[in-house]
Amino acid sequence: MPPVLALDGVTKTFPGVRALSEVSLNLYPGEVTALVGENGAGKSTVVKILTGIYQPDGGTIRVDGAAARFPTAQDAAAAGITAIHQETVLFDELSVAENIFLGHAPRGRFGLIDTARMMSAARDILHGIGAEIDPSVRLRDLGIANKHLVAIARALSIDARVVIMDEPTAALSHKEIEELYELVEKLKGQGKAILFISHKFDEIFRIADRYTVFRDGQFVGAGRIAEVSEGDLVKMMVGRPVDQIFPSRSHQAGDEVLQVVGYCHPTEFDDIGFTLRKGEILGFYGLVGAGRSEFMQALFGITEPSKGVTKIDGKVRVIRSPADAVANGIVYVPEDRGKQGAITALPIFQNVTLPSLSRLSRAGFLRLAEEFRLARDYTGRLDLRAASLDTPVGNLSGGNQQKVVIAKWLATQPKIIILDEPTKGIDIGSKAAVHDFMAELAAQGLAVIMVSSEIPEVLGMSDRVIVMREGRIAAELSGAGMTPETLVRHAAGISEVRR
Amino acid sequence: MTTTERHIPDRLTTPLARVLKSWETLLLAVAVAIFIVNSLASPYFLNAWNLSDATFNFTEKGMIALAMALLIVAGEIDLSVASIIALASTAMGAAAQVGAGPAALVLIGLGVGLACGAFNAVLVTVMGLPSIVVTIGTMSLFRGISYIVLGDGVYGGYPAGFDYFGQGYVVWVLSFEFVLFLILAVIYAIVLHKTNFGRAVYAIGNNATGALFSGIRVNRVKFILFLLTGLMSGLAAVCLTSRLGSTRPSIGVGMELEVVTMVVLGGVNILGGSGSIPGVVIAAFVMGLVTFGLGLLNVPGIVMSIFIGALLIGVIALPRLWSMMRRG
Repeated sequence: MPPVLALDGVTKTFPGVRALSEVSLNLYPGEVTALVGENGAGKSTVVKILTGIYQPDGGTIRVDGAAARFPTAQDAAAAGITAIHQETVLFDELSVAENIFLGHAPRGRFGLIDTARMMSAARDILHGIGAEIDPSVRLRDLGIANKHLVAIARALSIDARVVIMDEPTAALSHKEIEELYELVEKLKGQGKAILFISHKFDEIFRIADRYTVFRDGQFVGAGRIAEVSEGDLVKMMVGRPVDQIFPSRSHQAGDEVLQVVGYCHPTEFDDIGFTLRKGEILGFYGLVGAGRSEFMQALFGITEPSKGVTKIDGKVRVIRSPADAVANGIVYVPEDRGKQGAITALPIFQNVTLPSLSRLSRAGFLRLAEEFRLARDYTGRLDLRAASLDTPVGNLSGGNQQKVVIAKWLATQPKIIILDEPTKGIDIGSKAAVHDFMAELAAQGLAVIMVSSEIPEVLGMSDRVIVMREGRIAAELSGAGMTPETLVRHAAGISEVRR
Repeated sequence: MTTTERHIPDRLTTPLARVLKSWETLLLAVAVAIFIVNSLASPYFLNAWNLSDATFNFTEKGMIALAMALLIVAGEIDLSVASIIALASTAMGAAAQVGAGPAALVLIGLGVGLACGAFNAVLVTVMGLPSIVVTIGTMSLFRGISYIVLGDGVYGGYPAGFDYFGQGYVVWVLSFEFVLFLILAVIYAIVLHKTNFGRAVYAIGNNATGALFSGIRVNRVKFILFLLTGLMSGLAAVCLTSRLGSTRPSIGVGMELEVVTMVVLGGVNILGGSGSIPGVVIAAFVMGLVTFGLGLLNVPGIVMSIFIGALLIGVIALPRLWSMMRRG
């Protein structure tokens, strides 16, 4: 069967970076092709070329064997290519149908939107993907899972033959992921070609028919999923065998550095208390919405708790702002890198030195040489990859952005570092690097709090685990008590394990 | 774990190359061109005293523009500056009626400016209201107070010695206002480009949430910026009142838009995050030269404002047109 969409020798260069170097990619009707590669391998660039956002510098794109160009997003849509993005932009104040058809709503007389036709078409699309949502309700009245279905419906509202799914499961719960798989099967049955981008190997092996691997902007290999092993795929991705095992650590907790007593918030969390020692990694596990991030942000001075005491090295400290937190040695690596973690328009070195400026400067005056030295030092430790320290952080891949955020905080020489989903959306290679680095930090005596929703990560990295449920501490586990089963049981509030 | 030694260079472009390609260089070329055209068009242009007179076209606005530039880089705006001038000038006029001396008048002018700035600052940073709405409100409020106090009246009779701030010369043709503007420009340039505070201003303008999460005291920085803008407006009120020698409630009306124009023409992104003080200073000169040159040619005021508007749109649209044409 010939491919419906074929990229051949496609190249894309940005100032200072060759994002894609003569890559090939074939998508076949009725089949799922997984595109795998580390962050910075060029996956997002391919998606942007296919959706008309970037123009390739060289190579050919063929649709049904005929050469094609997509100068604009509309051209890509007209060729039947649609994308479901990691974070889809939807509009809370518009109705479901308006969200689905924004920009290409059916028109009636005088060019006005034909609302009746739009509603019925929206109903058909939603029905087609098994989503029973009333197209006339406002989007803000839907839950997250249904919003995601609306995003999918929007992608399918153009008569798509090629559907690109860019990490579609990143924000979904277990049940929703299952429903997404069913949807993918349905789309396959309709003969659509699907490009599936994911970091999760279980997902790839479950859903994909074929794979294509990129590394550093180059095509490494492609084939049928049935004919490849997980290990081979990892090797292709990183160009070296990766130790999937978590770093071994000798647990040598030192003095108590942090004590939290009775942290409360009117809506987000209630009566949170625990202690943390030097050199310890304390995991926080829970379902999305359990109040973990909200509590961490209260500890960091962003949200104000209604009650609660923080003791650092045994002394009560009042933390009303992140500046207070940093001054007391507490730093926070947020989950949302682009908005909260980094100032993406500013260069790397300015991001790294931002919280350390008062220490680096003389009487409030900047000292550039000192700034570059600090930035060079800490980004070097994290093996950052960038064209120069003057590059805006926004130009880096997700994994490298995370390294900048971590470097920024380590440069303040903190006592306690809170990492909120530190490896979310990061490729396997960077993940292992972050884990190794965390272990190294703990070994150096830093107290680490890690919020994570990935059970292997929580169990593999933590000395102790606190499980949160609905804003409260459901359990504190350590040693033999830390099993996948106990984590899930406490997080979900199941009293007895049903066997 | 094996780590390969990787060296990341500090910069790829040299600072000099950056300056040559910058907005400020383009603007400087525009200023030089206007200077040449003016000197060809009018025989009266190239005269030291005439040029000195020309500086009064922008010195008061320029002082405010320096502080406004920082505020806009930080993603906020203050549209009440001209009304602060009115209120500060009215307060000075009232004080002069009861016999206040020049020093007291200056303190009153600066004090009222500072108080107005603090009022804006509280509404924006403590109450969390958007600055554009707040300062449109205080624009009416501050000038409204002047109208209530003065009505159709005029305050005059400023004491001897007070005229120095708007009419005095430090040395030869260099007026007090012009020298003050240049000194303030240097101070503001150092604050924005060479201090931690300036770096925080850029960080906030690019991403206020990210700045907060990086331990920057965002509200404190914004508060100071509103105070500075109020203070500069008070200073401009002192200079303008001294130069005019009288106070009417309509003093400086519409000046806020000229100040904002100056800042934007100087290359400051109206959405915040980028811009420079040298750019704003050059823009002040450009606007001063244009209005003065057109004045020498007896062009009426309304045509001047058309010209300034066209200049603003032209200078901003040209680079974008240029890149659109290059892309094909």
